[in-house]
Order: sequence, then structure tokens, then C-alpha cells
Amino acid sequence: MNALQLVAADGVENLLFARTQMALTLGWHIIFACFGIAFPAIVVFTEWLGHRRDDPVLTGLAHTWAKAMGVLFAAGAVSGTLLSFEMGILWPRLMDRFGEVFGFPFVLEGFAFFIEAIFVGVYLFAWDRLSPRAHMLSALPMVAAGIAGAFFVVSANAWMNNPTGFRLDPQGNVVDARPWAAMFGPSTWPQFTHMWLAAFVVTGFLVASVYAVAMLRGRRDRHHRMGLLIPLTVAAVITPVQIGVGDWIANTVADNQPAKLAAMEGLYETTAGAGLSLGGIYADDELRYALEIPYGLSLLIHHDPDGVVPGLEEIPPGQRPPVNVVHLAYNAMVLIGTALLGLAAWFGLWWWRRRRLPHTAWFLRAVAVSGVAAVVAMEAGWITTEVGRQPWIVYGLMRTADAVSPADGLAWGLVAVIVVYTVLTVFTVVVLRRLARGRDILAPQERGQAQEQEQVP
Amino acid sequence: MTLAETVLGAAFAGLIAYALFGGADFGGGIWDLLAGGTERGHAVRDRIERSIGPVWEANHVWLIFVLVVLWTGFSRGFAAAVTTLYIPLTLAAFGIIARGAAFAYRKSVGALGMRRFFGAAFALSSLLTPFFLGTVVGAVASGRVPPAIGAGDVVSSWVNPTSLLGGALAVLVCAYLAAVFLCEDARRDGEHALAGAFRRRALVAAVVTGAAGLAGIAVLRADAPRLFEGLTGRGLPVVLVSVVAGLAALGLLLSRRYVAARIASALAVIAILVGWAVAQYPYLLLPALTVEQAASGRATLLALLIALSVGAVILIPALLYLYTLFQKASADQKSPNRVRGHG
Ligand code: HDD
Ligand code: HEM
Ligand code: HEM
Repeated sequence: MNALQLVAADGVENLLFARTQMALTLGWHIIFACFGIAFPAIVVFTEWLGHRRDDPVLTGLAHTWAKAMGVLFAAGAVSGTLLSFEMGILWPRLMDRFGEVFGFPFVLEGFAFFIEAIFVGVYLFAWDRLSPRAHMLSALPMVAAGIAGAFFVVSANAWMNNPTGFRLDPQGNVVDARPWAAMFGPSTWPQFTHMWLAAFVVTGFLVASVYAVAMLRGRRDRHHRMGLLIPLTVAAVITPVQIGVGDWIANTVADNQPAKLAAMEGLYETTAGAGLSLGGIYADDELRYALEIPYGLSLLIHHDPDGVVPGLEEIPPGQRPPVNVVHLAYNAMVLIGTALLGLAAWFGLWWWRRRRLPHTAWFLRAVAVSGVAAVVAMEAGWITTEVGRQPWIVYGLMRTADAVSPADGLAWGLVAVIVVYTVLTVFTVVVLRRLARGRDILAPQERGQAQEQEQVP
Repeated sequence: MTLAETVLGAAFAGLIAYALFGGADFGGGIWDLLAGGTERGHAVRDRIERSIGPVWEANHVWLIFVLVVLWTGFSRGFAAAVTTLYIPLTLAAFGIIARGAAFAYRKSVGALGMRRFFGAAFALSSLLTPFFLGTVVGAVASGRVPPAIGAGDVVSSWVNPTSLLGGALAVLVCAYLAAVFLCEDARRDGEHALAGAFRRRALVAAVVTGAAGLAGIAVLRADAPRLFEGLTGRGLPVVLVSVVAGLAALGLLLSRRYVAARIASALAVIAILVGWAVAQYPYLLLPALTVEQAASGRATLLALLIALSVGAVILIPALLYLYTLFQKASADQKSPNRVRGHG
């Protein structure tokens, strides 16, 4: 037993904890990141519409949402901070070896966060210090920074999926790193587009679902109707586009990551005219109990019913991702995506014909669950991407097991993270629910007026 | 200056900005903690909340900035330091989570019990976070981080005299900076009694920080001889600048010149950090890994330099806009930041 073996043993021991911690914290952060990306655009649009139509209900909605934005942004910012620490704490060998190649977009992302944080401060707190016009303009940098931030961080992830922009010398050391090139690998554009749209899908349905619940409880005034209508329209318009992009991203995976695609489909044998499998359990190199759509997969991937799709048999056993997780997560995303498309169509048709919301309770019930469903779809999408890349942290080049930190006691970090995030989640939910019920206090930007009003006898 | 030194210099400038702005934010929380009971401490708490409300998120991005520049430009040193020091870093991250969340959530609830709870979480984590970050600086400065992944002792690297000194000084400096910054904020809004209260706090903090600094000399001499040598040798002029600036700040506070006192205080803090850098040069991780050895390839450093320059052109005006917007006296009582009293 030499020291090296000991270290390696430690590292592998840490692997499970590190992966769980990373998945947990990223999965938490991404929900709030969606709001960071999409919410400013929705809120400022509503504010603008309110000013244009001189409609106090809309301006009021924008005010209410700005309050929630303060809470959601804080949650996003603090959870993102832990993530930046974790990239080094959990995966030091990834940073050590490849930091110079793919660290760069994170630096650019840092600037995007700066802009976002600065204008969040301006937007939330200068409501009365600026003219309505200047105030609305101050939201535009937030919107732009949301796009840029999402692009940069997703491009880092896309690099892990399809590493480009460097050479390796015979010893495997990185030489000739070209960070700009590394940012624009084959996965970057489809992944960014899919994620950016996902942010609108998630935010739109989630905000709409809050109002749907309230309407089911009988609060059907205009405030609630508009609160449902605006975000739902955004989500309903984006959902079909998102599904089109889903086809694009699936094709990119097929071209570049055959192991991930095979796992997504639970396909063992390389097949011509492969069917699309839904559900089922994968065991002993076979997918059982699945529903199969003949030729579906070949059609989707090659747009040709007889196209050949490589199966897991082509991949050495030590390099196959865990199939069941990936397959089921992928199915969940596609299924929910399809259901959301149905909801969008229902809403769209009704609006087109009658210019109003469908007024059955079933419609409201569907909207009420759509928010959580959209979040599940997005999380499932990330599980597909991240677990489907296993056992690689950098596809084809570095195994996750070789990247993990060998430090003693890392497991305690996971325990602590679970405790901290449980508490954080409870309080975040409590605070947001109080805001949703509107029973708490005024937004920071409104207190001044309230004080004035109080002083009026 | 080599390319690597320039990029590291930019990261260091980010660290200084974090110490000044983030530090003052933390210090605000520390004074919140020490403000006394709900009734008595109300005015102080309220002032602090108004001052940091719009800016804390931006101020805290400096830390992210430092991290990402280091991990891209100096991956080796970053990976080594972070694995050895993962415990205080994780604790600091938890502190940042508790602090940011509690601060934002407190503003959004009215119930007194919950406000008290969030207030306590905010205030306590404002004290603990700079402490842990200070221990990290102490660990690096005293050469306890070997230049290989996970090679250092995960406990003794940051539980040692220099680290504890670093932690204590970080807390004191934060408290001091906050008190000085708040003097002017209060006076500008016509709250003269509060300005006086913060002035007293600033004076006390200055004296305590100075005393801790003096005591620290002995600690460094015994525990971190290389750092001590550097600070008393090559770094001496910078250390003296810090002392002079600190004394000047004290005088300016006594004569109630708050804006000038802000500048002098900032200078004192900057000089201390620069002194550390000078003392440690040319090593990133004492005593073995130099800046050049730790640096990434040329293309990456160049890309970083370009990005940092272009980024600065966007960032600096935006930051100035933010600060000037909220540094203007709240002219009318209708101003959004006039918080009504809430326990
Ligand atoms: C509300 C969100 C949402 C919805 C409705 C869909 N997706 Fe998705 N999907 C995501 C949210 C998402 C995501 C969370 O944003 C992912 C994770 C990584 C990424 O870039 O996007 C993702 C990843 C992802 C991947 C893996 C990409 C990779 O590993 O590089 C594929 C193949 C698809 N999606 C395909 C689809 C298809 C065919 C859909 C049609 C029904 C679909 N997605 C709906
Ligand atoms: C924000 C949405 C994301 C979610 C929900 C997510 C989810 C996950 C999950 C579930 C794992 C565990 C994989 C496993 O158990 O096998 C993981 C691992 C990881 N992810 Fe992501 N991921 C996200 C985005 C990113 C991004 C943008 C990066 C940045 C580069 C990233 C970097 C990593 C790393 C380093 C690991 C550990 C290595 C691994 O197990 O592959 N992830 N993530
Ligand atoms: C696809 C994955 C991700 C997306 C789309 C995303 C997006 C965002 C957005 C839009 C924000 C700002 C909004 C807000 O404050 O709520 C944010 C905050 C943040 N994110 Fe993420 N993020 C992702 C993953 C990550 C990862 C992997 C890291 C670190 C390694 C990270 C680090 C941060 C940090 C440090 C902040 C706080 C910035 C601040 O202080 O304002 N994020 N993220």
C-alpha cells in the first residue's frame, strides 16, 4: 500500500458523497436561476403594459412580483455562491487539469452576475427615485445579464459534455488551451437555447400556477386573472418552441454522445429502424415492459425510418452510464413537455376562439399543477444530461472518480449541506407563501408611500 | 510585470474590493448583532438595513469574481488551496447563505418573531463568515497550504495562531469599516444622533483593531516567520502607510470629517492587504509554488486579461451608478428606503 493508493481509495470513497452534494445543490440553484433569467423580463413587461394602459392592476402586479423577486434573487445568489466553492472543493482535479480551458466562461459569467446584482438593487430599491421610464430601463441590463449568465454557465457545462478548444500532450497534459474556442463546442448553442427557454417555461407556469390555485379558492378578481394570464401566455408561447429545440438537442446528443443517447433510449443492440421506447425497466442488457413506437427513434434521430442507431453494446461496459435513471428521467421530461404542450394548445385555442380563459375548474387545476410539472421536467432534463455523461466528468477524457477531492471527512460536508438546505428550503417556502397570500408587509419600495398614507389622518 | 502577475493583480484588486465593500456589509451585520434589544437597537438596525439593502448583492459578487479568476488563471494553486481549506470555506459559504437569505427574507415578513429570528441569523452569520474567510487568509499567508491537491492538514491548516489572528482581524476590520461608512450615511440623511453613535463605535473599533494588530506582530513572529520577515522587510513601507492612514482616519473621525475618514480607512485596509501581497511575493503558496509556476497557459491568461479589461469598462460605470444613486440623500420622505419601524 503506498500513499498514492491510499489517496485513490479515499477519492473513490468520496465520490458518492461529492456527486450527491453537487446534484443537490445544483438542482436547488437551478430553480431560482430560472427566475433570475426569466422573471425580470416578465415583470418589466407587466410594468410597461401597466403604464401604457394606465392600468393600476397591472402596475400592482408588477409591484407584487418585484417583492417576490427580492426573495428569489437572494436565494439564487447565495446558493450560487456555494456552487462556486464546490467546483473546487469537490472536483479539484477537474479544475487543476482543465480550469484553464473551461474556467473562462465562469469569469465572463462573473461579470454577468455583477450586472444582474447591480440592477436588481436599482430596480427593487429605486422604484421612487427614478422616473417610471428610467425605472423600466433599469430592468433591461438585468434581462441581458440573465441571458449572458445562462449562456456562459451552460457553455461550461456543454464543454464538459463535448470538450473542445485544447490539445493534450502524450502525457495527457493540456497544452495549447484556447478558451474562446472551448466556449463554442457543438453542445453549446442547443444546450443554451434549451435552458434559456426552459427558464421561461418554468417561471411562466410556476407563477401562473400560484394564481390558478388562488382562483380555485374563489379569488377571481382582475388582479388574479391577469396574474394568471400574463405568465401563462409567456409559457404557452414558448413551450412549442422548446419542444422543437428538444429535437435539435437530441440530435446533437446522437451525433456526439452515443452512449448517452443509447442510455436515454434504453437501447442495447445497435438497430436499424429502431423504435422509440417509453418507460420500462432496463436489466441484463435489455429493456422490459416498455411501450414501443415503431421506427420512432430512427425517425427522430435520422429523420429516416431505417436509420441505424448505435446501442450500448458498442460501448465498453466500464463506460456505460446508469441506464434506468437516464432513460426514465428522459422519458419524464418528454412526457411532461408533451403534456405542457397540450395545456398550451387548450389555452391557445380557447383564447383564439373566445378571447378569454377556459372557465372550467379542470383548466385551472391543470394550470395549478403545471408549475411543479415544469420544474420536474427541467430537473429531469438535467439528470439526463449529467447522469447520462457518467462515468465521465469530461466526456471521454476524465472520469468523475478521478476528479473528486481526496480530502478527509468530505462526507460531513454532504450531511451539513443537507441540513442547511433543508432549513433554507423551509424558510424560503414559508416566506414565499406569506408573500403569495399577500398578508405580509409592504415591499421595500412601498413603505414610503404607506408611511405617507398613515400620516394622513 | 508579467502577464501572470497582471492577472493575479486583477484578482487581488477584486479581493481588496471585497474586503472594503463586502467587509462593510459584514460589519453592518456585526453592529446589528451588537445593537441591543428590539426597542433599543431599532434605530441602528434600521439604518444598517437601509444602507446595505440595495448594494449587498453586488458587493458580494466580488468574492465570486476572485474565485473564478483564480480557478481559471491559477488552477493549480486554487485546487490545492481549496481542498486543504475546504472546511472553513464550506463554513464561510454556509455563512453567506444564511446571511443573504435571512437579510432578504427579513424584509419580506412582518411577524415580529420571524423578523427576530431572521435578524439573529443575519447578524450571527455576519460575524462568522469574515472570521472563517480570515482563517483562510491566515492559512495561506503562514504557508500552511502545500502546493498539491488535498496535501495539507484539513484542520491544523486553519486552526492555528496565524489563522485565528486572521479571523479576528477580519471581523474587527469589517466592524470598523462599517461604522465609518455608516457615519456619513447617517449624517447625509440628517440623522445626527445616529451618526454620533456610529462615530463612537468606529473609534472603539479602531482602537481595538489597532491593539489586535500590534499583538498580531508577536503572533506572526512566533508562528509565521516568513510572513513576519516579509512584512518587516520588503513590506515595511506599505505597512507604515497603513499605520499612518489608520491614525489619520482616527483624527478625521474625531473631527467628524466622515467622508475623508472613509477614504483614510479604506487606504489603511488596502495597505495591509498589499503589505501581505508584497511580503509573500513571488509565491502564490508559500514556500514552494510561485505565481509563474501556478499560472495557466498564455492563451488563457491573455483571454482573461482581455475579458477583465472589457468587463471593467462595463462594470465600473454600473457600480458607480449604483453607489451614487443610493448615496444621494433621500430627498423626500417618500423615498423607498424610509423604512417604517418593524421591531
Ligand atoms: C421545462 C423544461 C423542459 C422541457 C419541457 C423539455 N426539456 Fe429537454 N431539457 C431541459 C428542459 C426541458 C433542461 C433542464 O433545460 C436540459 C438539461 C440540460 C440542458 O441543456 O437542458 C434538457 C436536456 C435535454 C436533453 C439532453 C441534452 C444533453 O445531454 O446535452 C435532451 C436530448 C432533451 N432535453 C430533449 C427534450 C425533448 C425532445 C423535449 C420534448 C418534449 C424536451 N427536452 C422538453
Ligand atoms: C443547473 C443545473 C444542473 C443540474 C440540476 C445538474 C445536476 C447534476 C447531477 C444530477 C449530477 C450528478 C451526476 C451523477 O450522480 O452521476 C451532477 C454532477 C455534476 N455537474 Fe451538473 N447539473 C447542472 C448543471 C451543471 C453545470 C452548469 C455545471 C458546470 C459546469 C455542472 C457541473 C457538474 C459537475 C462538476 C458534476 C460532478 C461530476 C459528475 O457527477 O458528473 N452541472 N450535476
Ligand atoms: C445551467 C446552470 C445554471 C444557470 C442557468 C445559472 C444561472 C444563474 C443566474 C441567472 C443567476 C442570477 C440570478 C439570481 O441571482 O438568482 C445565478 C446566480 C449564481 N450562480 Fe448560477 N446558474 C447555473 C449554474 C451555476 C453553477 C454551476 C455555478 C457555479 C459553479 C453557479 C454560480 C452562481 C453564482 C455564484 C451566482 C450568484 C451571483 C450573484 O451573487 O448574484 N451557477 N445563476
